[in-house]
Amino acid sequence: MAGVKEIWEALKDVKDPEIPTISLVDLGVITDVSIDDANVAHVSMTPTFVGCPAMDYMREEVRQRLLGLHFDGVDVQVNFDTQWSTNRITGEGRRNLLEHGLAPPEPFEGELRLEVLNNVRCPFCGSHQTELRSPFGPALCRSLHYCNSCHQAFEGFKPM
Amino acid sequence: MNEHAALKDLLYRIADDELIIAHRNSEWTGLGPILEEDIAFSSIAQDKLGHSHALYEILHTLGEPEADTTAFTRDERRFRCCHLVEYPIGAYDFSLMRHFMFDTAEHLRFDMLEHSTFEPLARLAVKIRGEIRYHIFHANTWIAQLGMQGSEESHARMQGALNDVLPLALGIFEPSEFEEELAADGIFPGEKALQERWLETIVPTVERAGLRMPGLAAITPAYGGRRGFHTSYLAPLLAEMTEVFRIDPSAEW
Repeated sequence: MAGVKEIWEALKDVKDPEIPTISLVDLGVITDVSIDDANVAHVSMTPTFVGCPAMDYMREEVRQRLLGLHFDGVDVQVNFDTQWSTNRITGEGRRNLLEHGLAPPEPFEGELRLEVLNNVRCPFCGSHQTELRSPFGPALCRSLHYCNSCHQAFEGFKPM
Repeated sequence: MNEHAALKDLLYRIADDELIIAHRNSEWTGLGPILEEDIAFSSIAQDKLGHSHALYEILHTLGEPEADTTAFTRDERRFRCCHLVEYPIGAYDFSLMRHFMFDTAEHLRFDMLEHSTFEPLARLAVKIRGEIRYHIFHANTWIAQLGMQGSEESHARMQGALNDVLPLALGIFEPSEFEEELAADGIFPGEKALQERWLETIVPTVERAGLRMPGLAAITPAYGGRRGFHTSYLAPLLAEMTEVFRIDPSAEW
């Protein structure tokens, strides 16, 4: 019988549909995994952004991945019981974002100061001599920046 | 009396505001004065739409129809949005000033709702407020930029927009018949308290941008929306927004 640990391992195969280098586990959107007495696998997920259009797709991907294991049922719930924050992104996840050319969000304590967006570390050259072009990018979770050291535009994964 | 009537009224006000402003913001897609603003208004629209959906989902748990049905099949008179969100996008100055005033109010509203005794709303409020902080960050940047650092024309246009938007913005805080009940139950402290905090927040930003706050005494707030009396702009908006849904309401997407 597949255990909880096996579920977490399997979910590492499920990637963010828009950032295929990072798994949903490393993104921090999987909030709980359990198996009940009837051998049904339960997974709880929480959205990155309330209006994230990829949520239904991700939920289905999770379900499909677990149907390949040996459970008698798979139940995937999306709820706000555990709040997602970029602080939930793992160290591995931050490296995965960087691989995709996105500046990873710095961990923060307490209430986030949005001013940190003004000097995000450039994912290409590592410089902090950067500026924010817009807090809104091609997806809800991304912002637009420009590096004054290597003179390249880049995207950041918004701290939240 | 309808169970949860006060709570539902509050949720409909907020959700309908979010849905209608989302639609208006989305009208800037492809039309923004610069590409970044096009993307910003489109992204904000997507956030707002998500917020309205999550709030309609809460209403569904209280016995109201499913989110799509609620959003797309109600008659205009059953909407509880304020007039501010109904107005056409107008020129960019109007949309920007509306964005600033509306989102500042929303941010404070959800800040209050984080302490609501109605837990599903309190939990969602934490999440939504984090997103609205980005909306305000965007609005404040442009209000300062165009009010203070822009040209004489940009300053004049922002002042004009402020004068035009303010009466509509005050309509956000139209009191409801449930104010006392909501406050007594610890669900929401009330529109009056919200308006006070809102004024305390926007006045310094407006003044820092070199703009003059009109005297409130001479202004008649645009009330009516919270009781189902809307501007002539809402019906055409709803007709357009629901056009595809109405072709086949039972379609699976």
